[in-house]
Amino acid sequence: MVGKLKRALPVSFIAILIALWQLGVSRETTHIIPGPWAVVLGIVELGRNGLLLKYVVASLFRVTWGFLSAVVFGIPLGLFLGWNHRAGTALNPLIQVLRPISPLAWIPIAILWFGVGDLSATFLIFLASFLPLTVNAMNAVHSIDPVHLNAGRNFGLSQPQLVYRVLYPAVMPQLIVALRITLGISWLVVVAAEMIAVNSGLGFLIIDARNAGNRYDLVVAAMALIGLIGLLLDTVMRRFETMRSVRWGFRSD
Amino acid sequence: MKRLQTLLWPLVTAAIVLTVWQLAVTATDTQIFPSPVGVEKAVAQLFRKGLLLRYVGDSLFRVGTGYLVAISLGIPLGIVLGYYPDAGDAVSPLIQILRPISPLAWIPLSVVWFGVGNLAAIFLISLASFFPVVVSTMNAVRNVPHIFLRAGCNFGLSPIAVLTRVVFPAALPQILIGLRISLGIAWLVVVAAEMIAVDSGLGYLIIDSRNAGKRYDLVVAGMLLIGLIGLGLDTGMRRLNYLKSMRWGISQ
Amino acid sequence: MAEIALPWKVTNTRTRLKIEHLSMSFRDNGRAVDVLDDVSLDVGEGEFVCILGPSGCGKSTLLNIVGGFIPPTKGRVSIDGETVRGPDPRRIFVFQERGVFPWLDVEDNIGFGLSRLSRQEKSRRIDYYVRLVGLSGFEHAYPQELSGGMKQRLEVARALAVNPDMLFLDEPFGALDSITRLVMRGELLRIWEAERKTILFVTHDIEESVQLADRVVVMSTRPAEIRRIVEIDIPHPRDISSRRYLQLRDSIFEEIGLAHKV
Repeated sequence: MVGKLKRALPVSFIAILIALWQLGVSRETTHIIPGPWAVVLGIVELGRNGLLLKYVVASLFRVTWGFLSAVVFGIPLGLFLGWNHRAGTALNPLIQVLRPISPLAWIPIAILWFGVGDLSATFLIFLASFLPLTVNAMNAVHSIDPVHLNAGRNFGLSQPQLVYRVLYPAVMPQLIVALRITLGISWLVVVAAEMIAVNSGLGFLIIDARNAGNRYDLVVAAMALIGLIGLLLDTVMRRFETMRSVRWGFRSD
Repeated sequence: MKRLQTLLWPLVTAAIVLTVWQLAVTATDTQIFPSPVGVEKAVAQLFRKGLLLRYVGDSLFRVGTGYLVAISLGIPLGIVLGYYPDAGDAVSPLIQILRPISPLAWIPLSVVWFGVGNLAAIFLISLASFFPVVVSTMNAVRNVPHIFLRAGCNFGLSPIAVLTRVVFPAALPQILIGLRISLGIAWLVVVAAEMIAVDSGLGYLIIDSRNAGKRYDLVVAGMLLIGLIGLGLDTGMRRLNYLKSMRWGISQ
Repeated sequence: MAEIALPWKVTNTRTRLKIEHLSMSFRDNGRAVDVLDDVSLDVGEGEFVCILGPSGCGKSTLLNIVGGFIPPTKGRVSIDGETVRGPDPRRIFVFQERGVFPWLDVEDNIGFGLSRLSRQEKSRRIDYYVRLVGLSGFEHAYPQELSGGMKQRLEVARALAVNPDMLFLDEPFGALDSITRLVMRGELLRIWEAERKTILFVTHDIEESVQLADRVVVMSTRPAEIRRIVEIDIPHPRDISSRRYLQLRDSIFEEIGLAHKV
């Protein structure tokens, strides 16, 4: 298909779905589910009373702090566990048991330790990102081609030099992908955490809009915003994968 | 000797963690946070009351149903989207927008559509597993080496036969990886869905234990069970990779 | 650059494959890249023809067009008078060993194209070809358990099992070590003599072409055209130290313009 036509395809597909959505809503008698136009109006309303900016910032704020602290603690730990095999085998089972526990299952504990508020939510996001990052960093180290490490030793590099000049650049491509995916997870979790544990943010908006007055137009507006911001975060992170220093890790055959 | 070593270190760590935990609890004299012994007692209590099996069963049921719905819809869709790249490109952006929306954000809508109860929870789980399954199946199909497709056409296979006899088996190892990850996601979501939308199951246990009487020993017990069962599900799925017709996919 | 390459007349076998004035250009980022320039060739029944040229010169493209996987920009390919329009089980492609299906064992791979046969016939054929290519005892082995050479044999067996009229091989031994390559060449000739299919064999290895082919079609670099067709008139088995062999080989060296000493 010609280039321009190709790009029009997803747009027209979404347009068709939106049209069907509008059609479905106008034929429904209960008038609970909002149509696409009502959602747009909802977003405008949020923008006008300042809640849009406030809630988006709140959600992003929690994600940033939770994610960054997970990066600061998780990646070095993961790299260490990958490098030092004994430590890795020792701690691995613990990690494997903790991993399937939904961050939301930690909510009671989080509230116990931090009360209801920003700190709880940030803690949940930290939890949600910490383990995946650690595991990914560990795996990244395990998958370094031994050839590179041997070459490094051959050239007389000391251990710290080996880590800095071979290990670190070698794991970068995988780490960047892991960062992107984990950021996506953080974004999912912040919304969920806000539905339960705090009083602001896009997740809170969903619950509040429904509880306070069955404002389903705002509910869906919030969902749309969540989707779009999540997509935006993902796109931004993908740009990092095109950096020259890591592009080699994404060679397509 | 090596096997002993691989067993030894995790056991040592587990022992250390449990000891530190126990000491921390007794040292701070906290009334609320449970000790390992407390947790173990709580689990036994649940088991005796028959609730343990019932809650675990409920959670597994919801996961199972939601997951099966997701894969029976998601795999065929993923195959079609992967095999016909134009269709895939058309639908991809929509998936990319829907994917970051936490399944829990769908709770109000699902309650409107399905009321409070099992159906809503199952819907949420299907939703959560659906997207990863579609995306990974799509990618798996797209990654099938062209050589195999060529060979299929060369041997005179009809397009449908190429799909069933070449594309599907070739993509299967990667599809399985996607299925395993989806199952993990489903397990995460069931817990979360139960905290909100139903009144049984392990997720419910956690919320209810806290709300009903600050029974943090049950809370932690619930968390541990969730972790262990989740790990079990994941390990089970990994075993599928070792079937003879899949084993080739491990080195790929 | 000569515009017209004369088709080599095949004297005593009937022509099955006719390549007429084949040209091919691709669009790469808006620019047209000419890959093949007016190639014409006749191939006779049961002939073993090598297409020889350096990597990237377009010989694989030529083979893909002949196999029906790509339509040519100009010209036509016909087999038994019928224009080639798409892939067909009567002309099976053999790739490097990565073409075998990793999810099927040896038996099932060989039987892949035989689904229309009765169970007995299918089983009989599989047995025959397993033995022919020397994979007896490995019927239930999976490709990952086989060596490179064995996978290559498997692919040849799979191709032959459907009884094609022609085989097209695209640098099939490229991934093998040179010792295995020598062995495989002998095996291929042995199998060819048992079945006498028409074979088009693409390679960049001069020695290989002179050892295997009845005729060697020497291609130029891109855009590829036929520089010369060398007829190898030595009967099999060929002594690779004989004067005639060295003569023919050196004439090709010269044609390509390569030095004699390293």
